[in-house]
Amino acid sequence: MLICTWLLLVCSVGETAADLYVKGASVPPEPSRTPSRSSPEEYGNPGSAVARSAEAPAPTAEDGASPRHGGGYRIVQWEWSYVQTPYIIALWLLVASVAKILFHFSQRFTTLVPESCVLILLGLVLGGIVLFASKKQLYQLDPGLFFLFLLPTIVGDAGYFMPARLFFDNLGAILMYAVVGTLWNAFCTGFCLYGVKLAGVIDDRVEAGLMDFLLFGALISAVDPVAVIAVFEEVHVNEMLFIIVFGESLLNDAVTVVLYKVYISFVEVGPGNVHTADYFKGVVSFLVVSLGGTLVGLVFAMILAFVTRFTKRVRIMEPLLVFLLVYLAYLTAELFSLSAILSMTFCGLGCNKYVEANISQKSRTTVKYTMKTLASIAETIIFIFLGISAVDKSKWAWDTGLIVCTLIFIFVFRAIGVAGQTWILNKFRLVPLDKIDQVVMSYGGLRGAVAFALVVLLDGGQVKAKDYFVAATIVVVFFTVMFQGLTIKPLVTWLKVPRSTNRKPTVNEEIHERAFDHILAAVEDIAGLNGYHHWRDKWEHFDRNYLSKMLMRKSVYGKSELWEACQKINIRDAISVIDQGGNVLTSARLSLPSMVSRASFPEVTNVTNYLRENGSGVCLDLQAIDTNPGAKVEEETETHRVLAGNLYKPRRRYQAHYSRHFMTVRDQERQEREVFQRNMRSRLESFKSTQYKRHKKDRSQKKRKGSDAKEQDANDKPRRNVSWHDKDPVVVPLESEEEMGEHSEKEEDVGIVFVARKTSETPKERPSSVSAALEVCQSPSVAPPSPTCGEKNLPWKGGVGVLPPCVSVEATKIIPVDLQQAWNQSISSLESLSSPPVPQEPQHPRVSALSRLGGPLRPAAAGQGGSGTGPTPLTSRQFQFPGGKEEEESALSLHLQEVQPLMSSMRPPSSTTQIPGKRRNPRMYLRSLVTTPPSAREPKSRGPTQL
Amino acid sequence: MGSTNSTLSKIPNAGDLMQETGFSPAHIVRLYDRYKALDKDKKGHLCPQDFGAIKELAMNPISDRIIGAFFSSGQEVLDFPSFVRILAHFRPVDKNRPKDPNSPEHINSRSNKLKFIFQLYDQDKDGKISRQELLQVLRTMLEKQVTEEQLESIADRTIQEADLDRDDAISFDEFRKNSLWCPSRSIKCRATD
Repeated sequence: MLICTWLLLVCSVGETAADLYVKGASVPPEPSRTPSRSSPEEYGNPGSAVARSAEAPAPTAEDGASPRHGGGYRIVQWEWSYVQTPYIIALWLLVASVAKILFHFSQRFTTLVPESCVLILLGLVLGGIVLFASKKQLYQLDPGLFFLFLLPTIVGDAGYFMPARLFFDNLGAILMYAVVGTLWNAFCTGFCLYGVKLAGVIDDRVEAGLMDFLLFGALISAVDPVAVIAVFEEVHVNEMLFIIVFGESLLNDAVTVVLYKVYISFVEVGPGNVHTADYFKGVVSFLVVSLGGTLVGLVFAMILAFVTRFTKRVRIMEPLLVFLLVYLAYLTAELFSLSAILSMTFCGLGCNKYVEANISQKSRTTVKYTMKTLASIAETIIFIFLGISAVDKSKWAWDTGLIVCTLIFIFVFRAIGVAGQTWILNKFRLVPLDKIDQVVMSYGGLRGAVAFALVVLLDGGQVKAKDYFVAATIVVVFFTVMFQGLTIKPLVTWLKVPRSTNRKPTVNEEIHERAFDHILAAVEDIAGLNGYHHWRDKWEHFDRNYLSKMLMRKSVYGKSELWEACQKINIRDAISVIDQGGNVLTSARLSLPSMVSRASFPEVTNVTNYLRENGSGVCLDLQAIDTNPGAKVEEETETHRVLAGNLYKPRRRYQAHYSRHFMTVRDQERQEREVFQRNMRSRLESFKSTQYKRHKKDRSQKKRKGSDAKEQDANDKPRRNVSWHDKDPVVVPLESEEEMGEHSEKEEDVGIVFVARKTSETPKERPSSVSAALEVCQSPSVAPPSPTCGEKNLPWKGGVGVLPPCVSVEATKIIPVDLQQAWNQSISSLESLSSPPVPQEPQHPRVSALSRLGGPLRPAAAGQGGSGTGPTPLTSRQFQFPGGKEEEESALSLHLQEVQPLMSSMRPPSSTTQIPGKRRNPRMYLRSLVTTPPSAREPKSRGPTQL
Repeated sequence: MGSTNSTLSKIPNAGDLMQETGFSPAHIVRLYDRYKALDKDKKGHLCPQDFGAIKELAMNPISDRIIGAFFSSGQEVLDFPSFVRILAHFRPVDKNRPKDPNSPEHINSRSNKLKFIFQLYDQDKDGKISRQELLQVLRTMLEKQVTEEQLESIADRTIQEADLDRDDAISFDEFRKNSLWCPSRSIKCRATD
């Protein structure tokens, strides 16, 4: 723990030293070039780096140019002033990130100490160093920087990912605490401080009247969203408690803003000139600021949702649009001096549902990741800068009386306020807030950077006691964030506050919850009262009939939320199973993936995993897999997936097409080929289905799930047979352009599709059949069926038309990783070669023709090749024995010659084939498979010699 | 809501009802007003058509089932005590109420609430939610939003998730274990205020 802190400090010191060194070094060359910039004041200019960014570019642009004209040509030029601002910003971000990383090295340390505390400490140290080095505080938390850049990132994140249902369920309590509670705190603190001042506890040097104290009370009384998020996210109290404290911290912004402005104007005109009308103006102003802010937010939410309806062809813009419009909501509210936080919160809250439905999966991931990153870094910077700002003694003046009184009053009034309001609320709440909740809520009333920024914004000329107020604010912030932040966790543990369960609802819960909602609404109707459920029901009706229709694109409007939720859970389970390393797949535990994953994968809720779950290109239908009885087949399924996931990448990686606007590969040729293959397969599939009388269910999902065709089992459990022909490929060419777009869109999002087929092989056949089973489907969107007689030997069919890379079981040896690179290259070259027709396709015209026809015909060829003598796809032979085929394409052999020697040396004797009954560690096994370069399937390896 | 001229004294068996359901006198009076308001023809009992006449209820996708739950035992009429008893399921669980170990579980206890909802699913009253029954509920709740295949997949998934004894149906025990997602939220309603 200590070591970690030490490391952290050392590192940060190093960073700062480097920073300073750069600055120091930058000074000497400058006088010779542009004397105007050499004055240290320019550097020592206090205030944040960002604040200067506005004026920086203009002078530096010409400065950078002038020396070049003057003193001849210099090879290396020192352009510090040119890069200074962004450089310093970047360095700060780096410091913040590194600090975060180092902090999270120690698991034990992080569970004890909240991050915000450590960051403030770090800020103190950094500030001390800067102050010591330059005798002047260069950096401090600049209100402009804070309100325009740092705060919006945090609030935006908070608003956008606010659990809307929970928020509105508790809206009454939240509003009560936010409005009444904040007013209560502000007035009581202000008046009491004034009273204490009159009583003489506060020193006479603090020149402040009633208005000054009320102003101070207003800015110090608001619970701070940044601090609350930072502390409460680590404490993990239950959702209800969190949403109440957190919602309060967001919604009290309007109160704070209005009180602050009203008092400032009162202070300006002087307390004597305040008329009664002004108080009413204050009330009106509160309504305008809060409702106006909310309205602005909702308007922007509508705009954002509406705009994202039409981004289908420019997916790449989606995340930016989200950021822009949410930020614009904030700025617009600031523009009209409305409550910006309210505006942003409601913008995020309002648009989330529609935007999430409209934008693509990848955009969702991007939005989520970026927002979290920005918020996290902004939070880090805020706390560091809070620490730094506190070091500068010139900014504040200490008065023990004021500080101690403020601390006491804040704490006492918060507790009284919470108790009183909860008492009233509990008369109406169904789930009452008990004593423990109240304690946590009072104790969780953290003050933070908003208060600090507001107090720094005060005009020292108007508010004489500004310096004292700054000191008091700093102490309050530090005390609440550090002391209360540090102790709230033990307190919560000690009080046994119910923690949040770190789990997502199961499908059952999703369904039942909706059923409950309906039932409750119905019962309210029957009992004849228009309660909360009644209105919620009405709202949902309105939303479904009008809002969603207007704001969601047609393709998603019809979709059910429940279905989406179910999909998400499916995908989550899939991811978690994969994350567990695939071991589960081979064990019987898999039979209930949801249970397993939820039990052993509790961190699903954290961002990274959630991102992964949303961002994964792997979609597989676990339902299909987990009803799979044979463990062997499961293992092979897994093998197959890993191979498919790893081996077809080259095809994508070497796309010749580059576009800034589309991430899809619009490769006309390949699409045609795939369409053709799909056609063939669907025909064969229908043929097969008549042959094998199997219970088949096509699931025409919007997302294409991993397809899984299985043979009907003896126990006759209906199996899902979901797959590639679910999109009616035969009509593809006739589809409108619109629909084609949809297709490519889906294909883009869902990368890998594969088929797992239960083989009916016997152990004796294992060596050959397994090797064949490992064949990889290279086509990204078309999963190959293999319905014919060849199925027995070749359970998984590759898209032969696109050259299936074949990996043999025999080749399960460790191979240098760079070989894979070569392998990838060779595939890509092969790919390019394979698409042009006959002339370049070597020998066996029949086979090559077959292979070009696509997967469905493959089984015939394979069936003939079952004896080992028949023709096999030449393409796979080509990379196995390039040396023996010099007459073949030179391009091909060029690549392959690099690979070939290694490959031949690596090809293991066939005795290394797996022993049928024995189970290996699948993970190791798979890994070796993945890194294995192409090698022969057994029948094929014999092919060339025969030819 | 309705006329407020009823008094407790006019309501038959009010005392027993209060004892049984835990409603306060004000609640009972209110419910009685509502009951009379629903009973448009003044026939002294409610029938399914009376419920069907509630405008808001018509929007509710599973209103049929909920109405059906009021007329549980195949009767076509519902008198006031039954009306109150069924609504009493939705009273919040009160912790302060003295718990008499001898008395049967209160009508608004957690498991009784769940049982009530379970019955909404379990139409054939065999104590199990079969796949078919679940499908029906899903179909009504989701209306036209999803395809049949999607419905089936959701249903399969749901059963598979909840089904502990692998009989391809959800028993009440399994149902109870699987609906405990957020205790503070899952079941709450104030029948009256």
